[in-house]
Amino acid sequence: MATLQLNNIVKDFGGTQVIKGVDLEVKDREFVVFVGPSGCGKSTLMRMIAGLESTTSGEIAIDGERINEVGPADRGLAMVFQSYALYPHMSVEDNMGFSLRLAKVPKAERREKVLAAARILQLEPLLDRKPRALSGGQRQRVAIGRAIVRNPSIFLFDEPLSNLDAALRVQMRIELARLHEELDATMIYVTHDQIEAMTMADKIVVLQDGLVEQIGSPMALYHHPCNRFVAGFIGSPKMNFLDVEVREASNEGVNVALPGGDCRVPVDGSGVSAGDTLTLGIRPEHLKLDDEGPLTGKIVVIERLGGVTSLYLEHGDSEWILVADGDVAHRVHDQVRFSFDPTCGHLFKGDGEALNHLHRHPLVDIDRKQNRVSSASDDQ
Amino acid sequence: MNPTMTKKLLLTLLAWGIALIVFFPIFWMVLTGFKTEGEAVATPPSLFFEPTLAGYHEVMARADYLKFALNSIVISFGSTLLALIVAIPSAYSMAFLPTKRTQGTLLWMLSTKMLPPVGVLMPVYLLFRDMGLLDSQLGLTIVYMLMNLPIVVWMLYTFFKDIPKDILEAGRMDGAGTLQEVLYLLLPLTLPGIASTGLLSVILSWNEAFWSLNLTTSDAAPLTAFIASFSSPEGLFWAKLSAASTLAIAPILIFGWMTQKQMVRGLTFGAVK
Ligand SMILES: Nc1ncnc2c1ncn2[C@@H]1O[C@H](COP(=O)(O)OP(=O)(O)OP(=O)(O)O)[C@@H](O)[C@H]1O
Ligand SMILES: [Mg+2]
Repeated sequence: MATLQLNNIVKDFGGTQVIKGVDLEVKDREFVVFVGPSGCGKSTLMRMIAGLESTTSGEIAIDGERINEVGPADRGLAMVFQSYALYPHMSVEDNMGFSLRLAKVPKAERREKVLAAARILQLEPLLDRKPRALSGGQRQRVAIGRAIVRNPSIFLFDEPLSNLDAALRVQMRIELARLHEELDATMIYVTHDQIEAMTMADKIVVLQDGLVEQIGSPMALYHHPCNRFVAGFIGSPKMNFLDVEVREASNEGVNVALPGGDCRVPVDGSGVSAGDTLTLGIRPEHLKLDDEGPLTGKIVVIERLGGVTSLYLEHGDSEWILVADGDVAHRVHDQVRFSFDPTCGHLFKGDGEALNHLHRHPLVDIDRKQNRVSSASDDQ
Repeated sequence: MNPTMTKKLLLTLLAWGIALIVFFPIFWMVLTGFKTEGEAVATPPSLFFEPTLAGYHEVMARADYLKFALNSIVISFGSTLLALIVAIPSAYSMAFLPTKRTQGTLLWMLSTKMLPPVGVLMPVYLLFRDMGLLDSQLGLTIVYMLMNLPIVVWMLYTFFKDIPKDILEAGRMDGAGTLQEVLYLLLPLTLPGIASTGLLSVILSWNEAFWSLNLTTSDAAPLTAFIASFSSPEGLFWAKLSAASTLAIAPILIFGWMTQKQMVRGLTFGAVK
C-alpha cells in the first residue's frame, strides 16, 4: 500500500528553476509513466522523489506523510538506473543482497530473499557471476532484482530499457508488466519510448520545461490532448498541424475552411468567432488517401514498412505525414488527394489550448488491466 | 616479415634500449659496491674484476644499517598511511561534492609543491625545535605526509572521479551512509588506484633527503641520511658509498619490483577501464 503526492514541488539548481511547481497524485499500485522531451526534468523529478536531490520548495508525501527530510534509504523506495549501476566488484548475489547486508539481516535470511527475487527474474544460474560477465538484459534484470529484494512500496525506473536492443526491450516490457502485477507495487517509470508509455501506463504524465502539461490515461492523451504540445508529443509519427480560418463556431461544433471545402469538427466552439485562425490537428493515421478528398499534396518521401506506408507530402509551405496501408502504389512526385474523418480532428487556439471535444472517446476510461489476460480477471 | 611484426620488434628494441639506459647508473652503482676503492676510480673503468665484500663490511662496521632501515620503513609507510587517511575524505568531498572553489583548491595544493623546501626550512625547524619533534620519527612522518599530500589527494581525486556517480547513488538508495559508501563501494572499486598512490608516496618518502638531513641527526635518521654520512670531508670513497647506496635502495627496489604489476595497473587505471 503506497500512494505518492507531490504538492507544488520546485527544484532550483543554483538559480535556474528546473522543476517549476509540479503537482501529482499517484494512487496505490498505479503504473505512472513520465514522458517529455530531453531536458524537461523527468530524471530530476524522479531523483527528487527518490531523495537523491533535495526539494527546493513544495512537499513530497508517501501515504500522506511528508518525506522531504527523510533520507533516500528510509523512504521505502527502490530505483532502477538507466546505467544499471550494479556494483562491479560484487557478485550478482551480493549486488542483490547489499541492502539487506547494510540492514544487518542475517546471512541465511538474506540468501532466502535474494533467491526468491532471483527466481522471479530467472537469475538463479547467474548468482555467482560478476556484473561484467553478464549481458545487457541480464544486468538489467539484476538491477531490477536488487530493487525487488528491498521490497519497496514504490519502484522508480529511469529509462531502464533504453540500453537494450529492440527485441530485448519488447521482452523486458512484457516482463515488467508481469512484475507489476505480481509484486502489487506502485511504479513510476521514465521513458522516451512511445510504445512503452502507451502500453505500460495507467497514467501518463507529460512534462515540458519543468511543468506538467497533462496527466491522463494513454487513450485520454491520444484522443483528447489538452494542448498542442501534448498532441504533437503523444503519437508517432507526429500529428499534422494546419492553420485554418473559422467559418462558423458554436458550442455544437466549429466549421473551418480547408482548401477543398469546409469541414465541421465536433468540438466546443464557444469563445471562438468566425474569422478567427485556429490550428487544425490530424494524426497521420487518421488521414486517408481519397481522390475526392479536400486536401492535396505532392509526395516527397515514401517509407515502406511492409505493413504500413508513411507518405511525406508537401503542399505549398505546409507538410503532411500520412500513414496508409502497406500496398500504396504511388511514387514520389505523385500528386495525391486525401481526406479525414472530422471527428478525429483537433482544434487548437492561438495559445495552443485545445477546444474540448463534444464526445469523449469510448476507450478513454479503459483500465490497462483489461488489455491483458491475467489471473486476477480470470475469475469465471 | 609482416609490418606489424617489424613494428613490434622495433618497439621492443626501443623499450629495452631505454630501460637499459635508465637502469645503467643503478647497475654501475651495484657493480662499484663490489670493487675495491682502487678499482672503483680506475680509468678506464673495469667491467671485469674480482668482487669483494670489503666495502659492505666497512659500511656495516661504521654504521648501524638496520636502525636506519627501520627508520626509513616506519617513516615512509607511516607517512603514507597518514596521508591516505587524510586524503581519502578530502578527495571524496572534492570528487563527489564539488563547489565553485574545488578546482582552485586543487591547483593551490599542487602549487605548494613548487615552493623550494629550503624556503620554509627555518620556520619548520623552529616549530620542530619548540615542539620537541627534532630527530623524531613522528616529526619526519608528519613532514613527509604533508609533503606528499598534494600528490596523493590529486591522484585519489582523479581515481574517484572515474567512479560513476550512479553506483554510489544506488548504494545510498540501498541504505549506505557515507562511511559505508566509502568502505564498501568506493575503496574496493578504486583499490588499484589507492594502492599505486600509496606505493608512489612510499617511494617518494623513501628517497627524500632534504628534510631528513635537516631535521634528524641520529635517532630518527633514515637511509638517506645513512648514505650522506659516507660522503666525508676527506674525499669520496666510491666503493663504500656505492655499497651504502645499494643497501639503501635495496629494500625499496625489491618492494617496487614485487608491486610493479599493481603500480602499472593503478597508474593506467582510468585509461583501460
Ligand atoms: N546537477 C545539476 N545542476 C544544474 N542543472 C542540472 C543538474 N541536473 C540537471 N540539470 C538540468 O536540469 C534540466 C533537467 O534535467 P533532467 O536530467 O531532469 O532531464 P530529463 O528530462 O531527464 O532529460 P533526458 O530525457 O535527456 O534524460 C536540464 O536542463 C539539466 O541541464
Ligand atoms: Mg533523464
